[in-house]
Amino acid sequence: MRHRTRSFMRGGAVALVLALAATISIAGQSAAPPAAPKAAPASAAAGKAYKAPRTPDGQPDLQGFWTNSTYVPLERPNGVTKEFYTPDEAEAAIKVAAEREAEQTEPGTTADVHYDFSQFGLDRSQSKFAMNLRTSLIVDPTDGKMPPVNAQGQKRAQERAAARKTAGGQYDAVENMPIGSRCIIMGGAGPPLMNAGYNANYQIVQSPGYVMILTEMIHDVRIIPLDNRPQPPSQVRQWVGLSRGRWEGDTLVVETTNFNGKNGFRGASENMKVTERFTRTADNTVSYKFTVEDPTTWDRSWTAEAPLVKTEGPIFEFACHETNYGIANILAGARADEKKAAEQKKGSN
Amino acid sequence: MRNRLLIGTTLALMAGWLLPVLTNVAAQTPAAAQTPAAQAPASPAYRAPRTPDGKPNLNGIWQTMNTANWNIEAHPAGPSPARELGAAGAVPAGLGVVDGGEIPYLPAARKKQQENYTNRLKLDPEIKCYLPGVPRATYQGMPFQIIQSTKHIMLIHEFAGAVRTIYMTDQTEAPADSWMGWSNGRWEGETLVVDTKGFNDLSWLDRAGNFHSDALHVVERFTPRSAETITYDVTIEDPKVFSRPWKMSMPLYKHVERNAQILEFRCVEFVEDLLYGHLRKQPAK
Repeated sequence: MRHRTRSFMRGGAVALVLALAATISIAGQSAAPPAAPKAAPASAAAGKAYKAPRTPDGQPDLQGFWTNSTYVPLERPNGVTKEFYTPDEAEAAIKVAAEREAEQTEPGTTADVHYDFSQFGLDRSQSKFAMNLRTSLIVDPTDGKMPPVNAQGQKRAQERAAARKTAGGQYDAVENMPIGSRCIIMGGAGPPLMNAGYNANYQIVQSPGYVMILTEMIHDVRIIPLDNRPQPPSQVRQWVGLSRGRWEGDTLVVETTNFNGKNGFRGASENMKVTERFTRTADNTVSYKFTVEDPTTWDRSWTAEAPLVKTEGPIFEFACHETNYGIANILAGARADEKKAAEQKKGSN
Repeated sequence: MRNRLLIGTTLALMAGWLLPVLTNVAAQTPAAAQTPAAQAPASPAYRAPRTPDGKPNLNGIWQTMNTANWNIEAHPAGPSPARELGAAGAVPAGLGVVDGGEIPYLPAARKKQQENYTNRLKLDPEIKCYLPGVPRATYQGMPFQIIQSTKHIMLIHEFAGAVRTIYMTDQTEAPADSWMGWSNGRWEGETLVVDTKGFNDLSWLDRAGNFHSDALHVVERFTPRSAETITYDVTIEDPKVFSRPWKMSMPLYKHVERNAQILEFRCVEFVEDLLYGHLRKQPAK
């Protein structure tokens, strides 16, 4: 059912399946001419002369439909030492990554039974994505890698692993299954906004005093107040934290705390603080940088950059939980397997 | 339906002195006589503050104050459907929000509503944390926020994080059926008129089993009646379930506390044991 609820903006995607390789360059460049080296880096330099349009109440206008779909990995691949690829190297890296996604849908494989990414237009190569020559989304530390997890963070990781072991196998109970499969929250909603793999689409709407970000995946909405209100009490904790925003010149700065820690973003705890910076640098681009701090996980903060590029709307309802037949069937299948195994054991005695 | 819309449009265009006269006429019909006082029309003199782009400003966090989610029709107080909750879960009485008092069900549909009611603990989508549908989302009892911009007006509900996009300029037909439907909006004077189609047949109208089919067509009218209240009028049309279009009406109240905020009510994790608990691995015997 999931494929039915994907953004219908890619309704024509199936037709493109046979032209996969061609699609990469078409989608990747969007409106720009093929392999235009000026497409990246998408941030600072290009934005200098640009003045963002204004909303009727005078805010820089970030409104519209955006995607952060990208083939750039969060961390720099081993063996790569430079910050930017050449356009040719970037194309080659995208091709390798796209082929890896296509492999997931080999007929007869387990993955193929559940998701046929390319058939349903879910793989990134069939959607618009932000052309980016960066070799990693992480820009700080400068080696493009996450900082090492500190002693406290390692201890928590061990405790989490031990708790999982005590709770039993993944298919023993619904609580043991991944939160995405349970339709509680999926990658992408953040904060920080992270490329969700597919349906990596967002809608931003502004009203006086508020910025709203709708994430397509599980219709996750974040309403960011801009009125300098105090942080909420520490007892109020949410999966997506609580966000407070402000304008610094043309940059929307959003600070989020009060996470409940259950999401465990990259091993972080409920003490995580995410600071996001949105700056419209072109009609079709919003520069997006985020910094993650959690002294109980890392001894230093880390920062990544992943531009949002304009895409076509609208965004259709992603009713995930309501049609989550998969989770019931997976659990029922596991119980049936156990029953069968028990009967066979009885039979052989 | 077309008639009603025409009347609405005419009303909106009428000079202020005419409105009370027309309302009086309406109030004398037997059906309207049962209409609760809360549904009195907004003062025609009220003109809402404007947004920077010149439209009536509906921005804010809103909530109903009634028992419509228990039953949109009039109902006496009653015990909790879940015994363990005792008085805490009991049903408060309500005068109803349906224009004329009774929903004009087709005979078979009324029977189905009664079956729904009997089996509500098993069937009510709210219990399963499913998207609430329209108009139930509005009066489900939790707050919702209106984020109003020129092209899109967002209605963001606390319950299950349900969200509606109202397309003000880039209007299209519903691309497929959905829980919250596909909403196109327009301004008629002081009133935001939202026309919503493209529903599936899975949501309910309240906890009493009142329901609709996938032929549901909802027209909502949001009319500011004071700085902190909106008159919310709804016309429901669904020829598979109802013998004629019908209306409900209620006020929306604005949250005025300075720290008001829509908080997370990610209820999936609250219902997982209820929905999937029977599929839990049992300890070996």
